[in-house]
Amino acid sequence: MIEIKDLHKSYQIGKNSLHVLKGINFNVKEGELVSIMGSSGSGKSTLLNILGMLDEADSGSYTLDGVPIKNLNEKIAARYRNKFLGFIFQSFNLINYKSALDNVALPLYYQGMKRSERMERSMSYLEKVGLADWASHKPNELSGGQKQRVAIARALASDPKVLLADELTGALDSKTSYEIMDLIQQINDEGKTILVVTHEEDIAQMTKRIVNLKDGVIIDDSPTKQVRAIQHV
Amino acid sequence: MFSIERWQEVFETISKNKLRTFLTGVSVASGIFILVILLGVGKGMQNGVEEQFEQDATNRISIYTGVTKVEYKGMNPGRRIQLKNDDYQFIDENFGENLEYQSSVYRIWGSLASYKNNSGNYRIEGVYPDNQFLENASIIQGRFINQNDLKNKEKHIAIGRKVRDDLFKDEDPVGKLVEISNLKFKVVGVYTDPGGEREETRLFLPITTAQSVFGGGNNISYLAFTLPKEDDYEVALKKSNAFVNEVSTNLKAKHTVAPNDDSAISINNSLENAKQFYDLNNIIRLFFWGVGVMTLLAGIVGVSNIMLIIVKERTKEIGIRKAIGAQPMSIVGMVLHESIFVTTISGFFGLIFALFLLEFVGPFIESEFITNPSVDFNVAISTVILLVISGAVAGFFPAWRGARIKPIDALRDE
Repeated sequence: MIEIKDLHKSYQIGKNSLHVLKGINFNVKEGELVSIMGSSGSGKSTLLNILGMLDEADSGSYTLDGVPIKNLNEKIAARYRNKFLGFIFQSFNLINYKSALDNVALPLYYQGMKRSERMERSMSYLEKVGLADWASHKPNELSGGQKQRVAIARALASDPKVLLADELTGALDSKTSYEIMDLIQQINDEGKTILVVTHEEDIAQMTKRIVNLKDGVIIDDSPTKQVRAIQHV
Repeated sequence: MFSIERWQEVFETISKNKLRTFLTGVSVASGIFILVILLGVGKGMQNGVEEQFEQDATNRISIYTGVTKVEYKGMNPGRRIQLKNDDYQFIDENFGENLEYQSSVYRIWGSLASYKNNSGNYRIEGVYPDNQFLENASIIQGRFINQNDLKNKEKHIAIGRKVRDDLFKDEDPVGKLVEISNLKFKVVGVYTDPGGEREETRLFLPITTAQSVFGGGNNISYLAFTLPKEDDYEVALKKSNAFVNEVSTNLKAKHTVAPNDDSAISINNSLENAKQFYDLNNIIRLFFWGVGVMTLLAGIVGVSNIMLIIVKERTKEIGIRKAIGAQPMSIVGMVLHESIFVTTISGFFGLIFALFLLEFVGPFIESEFITNPSVDFNVAISTVILLVISGAVAGFFPAWRGARIKPIDALRDE
């Protein structure tokens, strides 16, 4: 699903150039649940941004579902993001003046889907994350866990190839974190490819494979025995 | 532009930020309000100026005589030149078919006219029927002097509205007899003249009657003509100048006056004055549009400023939208939509308010230089178009900035 070869990325800070990614080689197959770990400054967020087409690598190749991702202009990047990727953020990033349902429907709006179809489909995803009764509520009327569920429903709405989650439990207490991870595991069980960036060991243990990043290189990449989050709930 | 979603978004942001939207609206509404009021007042000034010029036909050419100033063919200066009936005939024969209206006038400056116990001192002018049009007068009762009156030397008079008010009060003057110099004249009609009171305190009678009754002989005081109207001002001016030159040359030769002696025979071409009038009107219009558009521009800059703040405030939202697949153009559309919507709605309020004010207060403004300030339909339409364009201009830069927001920057946690 994802193939990355010899990826380099450096940022220019004043006169100094900061080499963040120093040759990343990394593959993800369909249906995997991978966590990317590393301390801050290890380059994990940069890697996720490149995978999310929010940022572009200096060199190296990136292929997503057989499509080479390079020389993107804003228009194509936007279309690919809409088609291939679902984002889940630490701070949820819901639009706070829109209802939960409208938030979920937004990616479908940008796909050009008709309103009635859009609403129907969004509702089914809200049901999936267990928030059908909260469809007309605004984000500020929801708890953190509920907000993250809405965000997950939104990420799923456009039926992307890959879900990218950036510290998705970072703003949640452990109980809620495990509930969210349970949902992520269920979605993965249905066959969705998911990448989770985290620095929490227990969250990483709930994935199927842990990639450890340090100073811009992968120091460890090994499968792990998945801990089912449901045991902790 | 017309999707329900987009409209919902615009309404949502507006209702979320009522005060901000209201303030933006006020700046645009006042801009448009001031623009329309200025244009209205400008129009009023044009009307006022027009009225000042309207007292006579705008293309009128008048020929006066005076005293010679230049020695010519052995004759000393100081000779008085007197126009005679045959001068009128001469022009009629040579140029008659090129003229629209023509009249010779025999004028008695002040004469006592009385009816019953009322009397007044008025100017009396013996004229041809065409003089009505040369004076730009219109008949409000009865008729003007006609060809029959002229031929039969009838003692018929047409009186100005002021004369009627003075002498007849509420009586119907038509058919009544007015006494002038112990002679009775029958009133055939009442006229009104846009030149105002001064032009309405005159009595017109056939020139034939005037010359015989008041001892004028063959003398005439001055000649007046108009040429047919032309669509193009420059063409009209060219033709009338050519006519003036030819008449001037011929009359001067006929009366043995030096070709360069303009005090002996002087010709006054209103069209030349009309040029000043057209120019003045243009200047007035330009000035008011200029000031108005500048005011509107200030409003637009205000809207643009506020839209920039809105974009700044929504940076994160725009980042989210882009991350989940919004095209840059859809962000531009979103911001432009809101800006055009706000400017258009608030501009309409300003426009309607200004139009109401002009409609209801305008007619009460009656000063010498401002008459009936108003804006016509075309001006209203152009301001509306201006509004939509200005909304687009005001929204464009913020929208462009919004479209260039990088999702990665916008989403970075603070």
